[in-house]
Amino acid sequence: MSEITSYTVHELKEKLDNKELTSEEITKAYINRINEKEKEVGAFVTLRTEEAEKEAKKIDIEGRTGTYAGIPIGIKDNLCTKGVKTTCSSKMLENFVSPYDATVVEKLNNEGIISLGKLNMDEFAMGSSTENSRFHITRNPWNLNTVPGGSSGGSAAAVAADLVPWALGSDTGGSIRQPASLCGVVGLKPTYGLVSRFGLVAFASSLDQVGPITKDVKDSAILLNIIAGHDEKDSTSANREKIDYTKSLEKDIKGLKIGVPKEFFGEGISEDVKEKLQEAIETYKALGAEIEEFSLDVAKYSLAAYYIIACAEASSNLGRFDGIRYGYRAEEFNSLKELYVNSRTEGFGDEVKRRIILGTYVLSSGFYDAYYKKAQKVRTYVSNEFEKAFSKYDVLLTPVSPTTAFEIGSKSNNPMEMYLADICTVSINIAGIPAISIPCGVDKKGMPVGMQLIGNKFEEEKILNAAYAFEQKIKFRENYKPEFKKN
Amino acid sequence: MAREDYEVIIGLEVHAELSTKTKIFCSCKTEFGAEPNTHICPVCMALPGALPVLNEKVVEYAVKAGLATNCSISKDSRNDRKNYFYPDLPKSYQISQADKPLCNNGYIEIEDDNGNTKKVRILRIHIEEDAGKLNHNEFGGGSLVDLNRAGVPLIEIVSEPDIRSEAEADRYLKKLKSILQYINVSDCKMQEGSLRADVNVSVHKKGEPFGTRTEMKNMNSFKSISRAIEYEKNRQIDELERGNTIIQETLRWDDLEGRTFSMRNKEDAQDYRYFPEPDLGVIKLSDEYIENIKKELPEMPESRKERYINELGLSEKDSNNITSSKFLSDLFEKAGEISGNYKAVCNWINSDIARIVNEKEIEPEQIPFTAEELAELVKLIDKGTISSSIAKKVLDELFENPRKPSQIIEEKGWIQISDEGQIKEVVLKILAENEQSVIDYKGGKDRALGFLVGQAMKQTKGKANPKMLNQMFLEELNK
Repeated sequence: MSEITSYTVHELKEKLDNKELTSEEITKAYINRINEKEKEVGAFVTLRTEEAEKEAKKIDIEGRTGTYAGIPIGIKDNLCTKGVKTTCSSKMLENFVSPYDATVVEKLNNEGIISLGKLNMDEFAMGSSTENSRFHITRNPWNLNTVPGGSSGGSAAAVAADLVPWALGSDTGGSIRQPASLCGVVGLKPTYGLVSRFGLVAFASSLDQVGPITKDVKDSAILLNIIAGHDEKDSTSANREKIDYTKSLEKDIKGLKIGVPKEFFGEGISEDVKEKLQEAIETYKALGAEIEEFSLDVAKYSLAAYYIIACAEASSNLGRFDGIRYGYRAEEFNSLKELYVNSRTEGFGDEVKRRIILGTYVLSSGFYDAYYKKAQKVRTYVSNEFEKAFSKYDVLLTPVSPTTAFEIGSKSNNPMEMYLADICTVSINIAGIPAISIPCGVDKKGMPVGMQLIGNKFEEEKILNAAYAFEQKIKFRENYKPEFKKN
Repeated sequence: MAREDYEVIIGLEVHAELSTKTKIFCSCKTEFGAEPNTHICPVCMALPGALPVLNEKVVEYAVKAGLATNCSISKDSRNDRKNYFYPDLPKSYQISQADKPLCNNGYIEIEDDNGNTKKVRILRIHIEEDAGKLNHNEFGGGSLVDLNRAGVPLIEIVSEPDIRSEAEADRYLKKLKSILQYINVSDCKMQEGSLRADVNVSVHKKGEPFGTRTEMKNMNSFKSISRAIEYEKNRQIDELERGNTIIQETLRWDDLEGRTFSMRNKEDAQDYRYFPEPDLGVIKLSDEYIENIKKELPEMPESRKERYINELGLSEKDSNNITSSKFLSDLFEKAGEISGNYKAVCNWINSDIARIVNEKEIEPEQIPFTAEELAELVKLIDKGTISSSIAKKVLDELFENPRKPSQIIEEKGWIQISDEGQIKEVVLKILAENEQSVIDYKGGKDRALGFLVGQAMKQTKGKANPKMLNQMFLEELNK
């Protein structure tokens, strides 16, 4: 049965189409796999295996409506799901059940895709290791002593460990791409505005995007097809013509102009990562792409601007968790102020508090101009720099994470070092452009290395095309598999 | 120094609830007085993941208000978050507008205390959302949150400190209210909280720089605003006269005690940490959009006033009174049109109706009867069916239990006696009973006629046609 769980979604779809497999068989295979491996990985916060099995049976009996109906999925626990807990891996929302579905969840439901449950994350999506979950850590299936990355660590680990065929994550500064990179799977952060944020519990409203975490590039394009599109309920969602992202996957990339910004390969990027990226560049050359190194000095400014903007917005967005209407309320308080202070002190974890305090500080009168306003200027600068780059190149190629998966606990006491894990990814959110992370090999310890392909606004097709061509060439999934190593 | 040596400087921040059908960022109803928490949704109760979508009607209404108060309309405006914690504010921030409001630099004209026209400048008008309400928990301790009002659209109209007396403040507010009612963007019911004003007051000696100002909140009627200003003005003068300084602070007006209490001073003023609302785009308006709204603006009080004077022959004073309220003005026009007697309708509105509204301490829009009913009352007098003294009784009835005037006089038996035979009978009877008066009259005492008519009226319980009565007495006495 474990074979079923190693199929990609487009393979499963074919097997459903020609009746080789039923939805029930597929779903049960995943449930068995979860029963076998979830104890080791800890990818889920909430499982809904029984409901999933019933839904699969129903689809088998009543027939499939959507193209991908009957295929299971895992959902990051910051996407609202009607009737199923949405915790954001926080004590604050430990028992919170949303009365409505996020727009992306609604789209999955309409397609007939079956949720196996909600996936673990750093609390309120703040972190790069999933160690900030208030419930439990998630382990990297390649080496159980290392982190899966974050904040969508549960989503990436679940896909890597074949606990789900694909998953939804969210990416504010790298939260889809970095865990995808660390877990050897494919993660796509769409252009800001391409996917509705309605029902995504907000971390930083101007940076957050929902995106797919999948086994391969084709599945990424398929899931993007399902979740992308204008939503009247999200004023920041773009109203554009629908694109079929699978259509241009197989296009020849001969002559594709790939820019390699040298500043992304500087200090802090491990030799292993550099080496694999260099090999990837050679592969692209072999595929006929035109590669050029150039200067794009945005990474370090972006990181500073990112932590100011993201924390500022978070400090405001998380104000609603006040213990008044829903969520955690402290048992002891003698005044309204104490109700607020005690509920938020007990309900939020350290990293969340750290960012709320930082965000409150940068918005305070007297500091606003020096921090928030300046960060907005940096944001404009970064966007312009990327725009310039895209006047010359179709796609940019960079590392995703400076290192491969690090050991659990090794950075959790050093927030600054943890923040540096986002150095290659945050500028993409700052500029609102799309980027995909795909595996390009393993390091000396056998841990996956990811490569980031960055595109211009709404040019997901180009990066998917470039990623697909590369994937077909190196056949990562055929050569490497997570082994649940314990040392 | 004498009190007269001081000048009071007043600026007003008026919040008006817009009368859109739905809330500013979701499609919940704005209806007042519904059961608690029945007009709420994930957006206005700030559930995780919910996002605001700006109601375009709110922008339209605010632009109308801006145009009607001579503001320039910003073509590039923005929403901002104002952050603070309070249980009636579910998101812990209010979506408002900080440095890029929708309307800027307008003015409205009022009469100053010397009867001259004066401009009160308007600094800005911006859109924002109302908060919910805290209700005392009748079943236990603490408070209960009602979010029906959360997200009801508001405009805040901020004046420059151009007002110089509580009477001017009162005229400014009444004028503003009438403008908002004329353009139909707010019903301005102070009793329902749909019009609220915060008042900034300072005093200084004439010729010297402005003094430190205080801000007063919690006034819930025009009268209490005037009282609060008067109180605060005197308090500040007294402080200064005693050699003290004025502390910049926010004060709460207590209407029962007739005094202000300190809420917070400048030191513990909140830092609202304004920043641009990332969930909403900028508000871009085209010239065409603004022009179209301008064209659709209804006739404003100034223009109605001109029309009443020039076309309907009303006096300036009468026209002013009637146009001060859109409700009265509409009542006048409609009742005038139906009855064909604008002059009479005008007199009723400016005398008896105004008196009763005053006595009852109600707002004109709380007048319970319709223009049709008023018009019928006027027609009944014109046709001689009732006398004007009966008509006053009918008007009282209209205020108490509004229904058709013809039905009222029918029920009460108030129809005027205009039958010649009946009138003559009464006249002869009164003359026979009052010989002395007849002698007096014939001896040159004209007053006696009045007495006789009065007796006849008494006899007929006011129902006799006074004109006919008068004429008949004269005829009989001069025989």
